[in-house]
Amino acid sequence: MAISILKRKNKKQKQSASARSWAISLTIIALAIWAFFTYLFDKTPDAVQSWFQVWMPPSTINESLVWVICALGLNIVVGYAGLLDLGFVAFWAFGGYAAGWFMSGFFHQVNIHIGSMSNKAIPGIHLSFWLVMILAALIAGFFGIIIGAPTLRLKSDYLALVTLGFGEIIPQVFTNGENIGGFNLSNGTKGISPIDAIGVFGKRLGPFDLGWKFIIYFFLAACMVFVSLRIRGGRLGRAWLAIREDELAASMMGVPLMRTKLTAYAVGAFSGGIGGAVYATHVNGIFAERFNFSISIILLAMVVLGGMGNVWGVIVGALLMAWINATGLPAVGDTFNNTFHTSINFPSYNFLLFGGILVLMMLFKRDGILPEARLKMISHENDDEASNTGGH
Amino acid sequence: MSSILSAEHITVEFGGLVAVNDVSFDIPEKGIVSLIGPNGAGKTTFFNILTGLYKPTSGHVMYDGSEITALTPHKIAAAGVARTFQNIRLFGSMTAEENVMVAMHSHLKASLATTILGLPSQRREEREAREEARALLEFVGIGKTATEFARNLSYGDQRRLEVARALALRPKVLLLDEPTAGMNPQESTVFVEFVHRIRDEKGISILLIEHDMAVVMKVSERITVLDRGEKIAEGTPAEIKSNPRVIEAYLGKGVGAGH
Repeated sequence: MAISILKRKNKKQKQSASARSWAISLTIIALAIWAFFTYLFDKTPDAVQSWFQVWMPPSTINESLVWVICALGLNIVVGYAGLLDLGFVAFWAFGGYAAGWFMSGFFHQVNIHIGSMSNKAIPGIHLSFWLVMILAALIAGFFGIIIGAPTLRLKSDYLALVTLGFGEIIPQVFTNGENIGGFNLSNGTKGISPIDAIGVFGKRLGPFDLGWKFIIYFFLAACMVFVSLRIRGGRLGRAWLAIREDELAASMMGVPLMRTKLTAYAVGAFSGGIGGAVYATHVNGIFAERFNFSISIILLAMVVLGGMGNVWGVIVGALLMAWINATGLPAVGDTFNNTFHTSINFPSYNFLLFGGILVLMMLFKRDGILPEARLKMISHENDDEASNTGGH
Repeated sequence: MSSILSAEHITVEFGGLVAVNDVSFDIPEKGIVSLIGPNGAGKTTFFNILTGLYKPTSGHVMYDGSEITALTPHKIAAAGVARTFQNIRLFGSMTAEENVMVAMHSHLKASLATTILGLPSQRREEREAREEARALLEFVGIGKTATEFARNLSYGDQRRLEVARALALRPKVLLLDEPTAGMNPQESTVFVEFVHRIRDEKGISILLIEHDMAVVMKVSERITVLDRGEKIAEGTPAEIKSNPRVIEAYLGKGVGAGH
C-alpha cells in the first residue's frame, strides 16, 4: 500500500517535472534567440547574417509563434475533445478583423482612442493592443458558440463537413463585405492596412521592432500553453477526453455532451481569435484573400504532425511546419535551382508536401512525433491487436 | 417497501417493431432485483429507457418521486441512476483514477476560470475528488491500479473499474448490464458477495441484467422475466424457478437448469 502510493507520487511528479522542463527549455531557447537577434546579430560576419536571412529570418520566427498560438487552440478542439474542425480559419479571420476594426483608422467616421499610443488626431477606433486581444478573443469565441451550438450535435464526419463550409463562408463574407447594406464591414479585397503600432512600456513598435514583437508573441503563446495544461488537468479537461474516448459512456457518467463540446469549441475559437489578431499585427494589415482553406489544413497538419493532445508536440509540429511553409521550402528551392540550374517553383508544392506528411503520419505514426504520453503507451502496447486500433 | 425507480407501462417501437410492450417494473429501495430473458427479449432496450438513452413510445419512468422520462441521459445520471455496460465502455486512454473522476463531473463545481486560475477552492475540490476516487477503487478492490490506463487493466479489473466509475456518480440506483459476462464460476461467486456489499455498505438499489442463472438465483430478491418485449413473469427466485411459462420461454421445453 505505502509503496504503491509512493510510486503514484513519483509518477505524478515525473509528469509535472516533464512539463516544467519543457517550459523551462523552450523559454531558454526563446530568450537565446531573442538575445542573439537583438545584441549579436549585427556584430556577426556578413556571411552569417545572410545565412540567417535566407534560412532563419526573424519574421519567420515571429510568424511561427502566431501559428503556435492557433495550433494550440485547434489542439483543444481536435486533440482534447476529438472534434474534427476543418474551418478554424474562420476564427483566425474574426481575430484579424477585430484587430483591423479596433486598431486602425478604418472606421474613420468615429474617433475613439483608448490606451492606444497613436496620434489622437487620427480618426478611427484605436484601442490598446491588449484590449484588442481580449476583444478579438471574445468576438471569435462568441461566433464559435453561435456556429457550434447547432453543428456540434452532428457526428464527427458531418461536423467536419459543416465546419469546412463555415470556414469557407466567413472569409467570403469578409471578401465581399465592402458594402453590406451601405456599410463597409471589411473593405473587401483591398483589406485594412496599416494597423496601429503595438505600444509597450511607452514604446511604439514599428514594423522593424521584431525583437519586441517576438517577446510579446512568445508571452501570448506561453499563456496558451499554460491555459491548455491547466484545463487539461481539471474537471473540464477530463470531460473532454472522456468525450473523445466514448461519447455515449461520457453522457452516461453525467457529462453534458453539448455544453462540454461547446466549451471546447469556444475555447478553441477564443485562441484562434487571439492568433488572428496577433497575425494582423505581424503582417501589419488584414487581407481577405489570405484567409483560405489552406490555413485550416496547415493548422490541422501541425496538430496531427506534432501529436494530438500533447501541447509540446503541437508546438514542435507548428514551429516545424511554419518554418517549412515560410522559409524552408523557398530556401531549399532557391538552393536547388541555383545548384542544378532549374526553375522549379518549390513553394507552390507546399500542399503536396503537407498532404503527403498527413497521409504518411496517418499510415506510419498516427500518434505524431511527440505523442501524448498516454497515447504512446497504449497505441504501442496494442499495436498487434487489430481489433483495438480499428475503433479509434 | 417503496420503490426508488419504477417504469410504468413502457412501450418502445422501432419503426413498427415493438421492442418492449407495456412493461411495468419496480426497483424497491435498497433492493436487488434482476431482469432476465432470452436474447432479444428487450432487456438492454429497457435499460436504455431507464437511463434516458432511448425515449419510450409511451409510458413513464419515475425516479425518487419525480418523472425522468424526458430528461437527457446526463441529467438522469447526475440525478443518481448509474449504469455499467454489457461491452465494457471505459475511457481507455485515461487512468483508472481519471475514469472514476469523470463520473464526478456533475457534482464538482470548478469552472473554466477557476481551473485556469488554479484557485484554492478548485485545488481542494480536485484533491478531495482524487481521494474519493482512490477510496472507490479500494472499495471495488483495484486500489493498486489508480494510475494505470484503463485499457491496460485485466478484464476482471475493467469490470470492477466500471462499477467504481458508476459509484462515483453517488447513485441511488445502480444498473448492471451482464456484469458477470466472461467470468468463471469462482469469480461469479465473489461477484455475488460484492453486489451485496454495494447494497449494504452504500445503500444503493441494484438492478441486474444477467444470463448466468446461478448468479441470478443467488443474488436477486425479485426477478422479472421478459420475453419478446413482454413481461411474462415476476416473483422471487423460487417462484420464477417453478414458473412453467418461464421454463418454457426462457430455459426451453424440458430443460430444467443451466444456461
